[in-house]
Amino acid sequence: MNATGPAVVAEGLTKRFRSFTAVDHLDLRIEKGEIAGFIGPNGAGKSTTIRMLCGLLRPSEGRALVAGFDVGQQPEAVREHIGYMSQKFSLYGDLTVRENLRFFGGIYRVARGEMGERTRFAITMAGLQEREDALVRTLAGGWKQRLALGCAILHRPPILFLDEPTSGVEPEARRRFWDLIHELAAGGVTILVSTHYMDEAEYCNRIALIDRGRLVALGTPGQLRSRHLGGELFEIRCTPLGAALHVLQGAAGVIDAAIFGDRLHVVLGPGGLDQAGLPGFLQEHGVSVQAVRTVTPSLEDVFVRLVSTHHGGQDSS
Amino acid sequence: MFERLSVMLMKEFLELKRDRWAMFRLVVPLLVQMLVFGYAATFTVHHVTTAVLDLDQSQASRSLISHIVATSRFTVVDVAKTQRQITHDINDGSATIAIVIHAGFARELANGQGAPLQVIIDGTNSNTALIALGYLEQIVAQYSAQLPGTVTLVPGFAATPPRGIDLRTQPWFNAGLNDRWFFIPGVIGTLTLMQVVSLTAFAIVREREIGTLEQIMVSPIRPVEFILGKTLPFFLIGLGDISLISVLGILWFHIPFLGSPLIMLLGASLFLLASLGMGLLLSAFSRTQQQAFALNFFFVNPFFILSGFAFPIAAMPKALRWFTLINPLRYFLVVIRAIFLKGVGLSALWPDLLAMALLAFVMLTISVRRFHKSLD
Repeated sequence: MNATGPAVVAEGLTKRFRSFTAVDHLDLRIEKGEIAGFIGPNGAGKSTTIRMLCGLLRPSEGRALVAGFDVGQQPEAVREHIGYMSQKFSLYGDLTVRENLRFFGGIYRVARGEMGERTRFAITMAGLQEREDALVRTLAGGWKQRLALGCAILHRPPILFLDEPTSGVEPEARRRFWDLIHELAAGGVTILVSTHYMDEAEYCNRIALIDRGRLVALGTPGQLRSRHLGGELFEIRCTPLGAALHVLQGAAGVIDAAIFGDRLHVVLGPGGLDQAGLPGFLQEHGVSVQAVRTVTPSLEDVFVRLVSTHHGGQDSS
Repeated sequence: MFERLSVMLMKEFLELKRDRWAMFRLVVPLLVQMLVFGYAATFTVHHVTTAVLDLDQSQASRSLISHIVATSRFTVVDVAKTQRQITHDINDGSATIAIVIHAGFARELANGQGAPLQVIIDGTNSNTALIALGYLEQIVAQYSAQLPGTVTLVPGFAATPPRGIDLRTQPWFNAGLNDRWFFIPGVIGTLTLMQVVSLTAFAIVREREIGTLEQIMVSPIRPVEFILGKTLPFFLIGLGDISLISVLGILWFHIPFLGSPLIMLLGASLFLLASLGMGLLLSAFSRTQQQAFALNFFFVNPFFILSGFAFPIAAMPKALRWFTLINPLRYFLVVIRAIFLKGVGLSALWPDLLAMALLAFVMLTISVRRFHKSLD
């Protein structure tokens, strides 16, 4: 692995399955030691992208370098430098914790002298002390998942691909899992993790929003919030909601308006309505306003906004 | 290479050990099928249900009938009074064969003009029919040979063989022409093929289904290491199968084993490699265990039928005869029957051994190549 270059670079990476384009000219650059999040709905192309980066699928077009090696040309060299947890990472249920670790250690040819230390590390990390000899199928989901992570990093890969590692795991275990990811990143490991949980996106250094095989946005959570909303986000408590939504959607300066639970979320751009003018404007149209306040947009707000413009753009083109 | 292979093997055997039904599944069906085949698979025809209509009611006619019944090949189920009754017996299946002796049978015999004997047989099961007719022909020929003078008796379907040639058959290798000696070695090969092909195919497809295969594919393991690790256990299980049911055949069914155990080991090994190759190919074309099951069913049955297990290859149409050339079971049946019954060695068996080696090589090579560690 070259010492200075980025961990992962993708240029025009594309994957077609017959007529279906799962990944569409994706450009990406992940620096060493970053936690990069792939966020997007199911079927957006997250898994397909990760599989191409792992050398499991051959790109139909474009190319990608992982640890400096071309995934299409040198998949074996790529494999030496990565750890991978697939969406349905399965350990061998009829083998014990220790036997699973020994199996994956052997497959990755972890040196004999190092195996003891790596096994202890993985067992401690997964919190499986005193359960080393339990059959894996008897373990609960969170433990299995941490053990799977342990198996994927036995050989100390500098780059780790995690494909929806936390799906189907209870919140407490998800939080512990993210602690582990941060510890690994602190140790210099580059991590590319996909998820469809928006709250998890906040744990990433950088986020790639993916929808319908395309990269919709790329940046830190903060950048995405400020840059892509196109304005400031306000929360309005008012009645009736429907009428308010209707008048706001056509008004000058309103970038976006949507019902959010029992309130409205409105994005205001420069020129036109501002926070001060909102209550008056609504009351003119027969809406009674209880409160207006600024809110910090969540990534979900950003994502909803981006995906809707993305689809709008596609439909009109 | 050795490190990865050894952990692959460790994993396979641990999984097998933890699977408490594994031994049951691997051994019991084989033993049961071996016993069932051993007893049931036979061409010998005994106790053919027979209806008799004796319109002559003479000493000669009664004597002929008692000759026929005396052999235990035929069992009289109905002594009919009318032709209609005979038709009825054959139609409803209560009799397979009907023997009709016309009035005047004894007189025609005594006149030396040759007496007709009518035989009606249910040809639905053509094999049984042919064999039963063969027995009847023999019995009638013996009966007519012992009649005084030059009197001949002409069965309805064929003339007695001309006098002058005295046929003395001398079967080699199976002097009693015992069907079981022919079938049991065939059963050993057939059962092993079915067991090994399905075990191999299912083992790999299962890993694909639970997702461990993808995890292994993303590691730097070499295809040959994975394939070896996955197939070596089944190779050993296959050898165990062959040994077990061979011993059962020898000790329980008293099938002679005249050849060299070493050549048997060689033949069995080549056959197992070819079977493993088949299983691997099936797994390469199956995403799910259901697909593997369907494919397995689709291939294993024709391989069984087109192996010479029961139906002679020489009698098959040309296209099917060509197809049998890629059937490892075809060669192994030749080898195993020859080793058991003939005791011949390499000088006679090398073409079949070589064919199996070639098939094994080709199928394993394709499997390793197809396993290029990609999900495409």
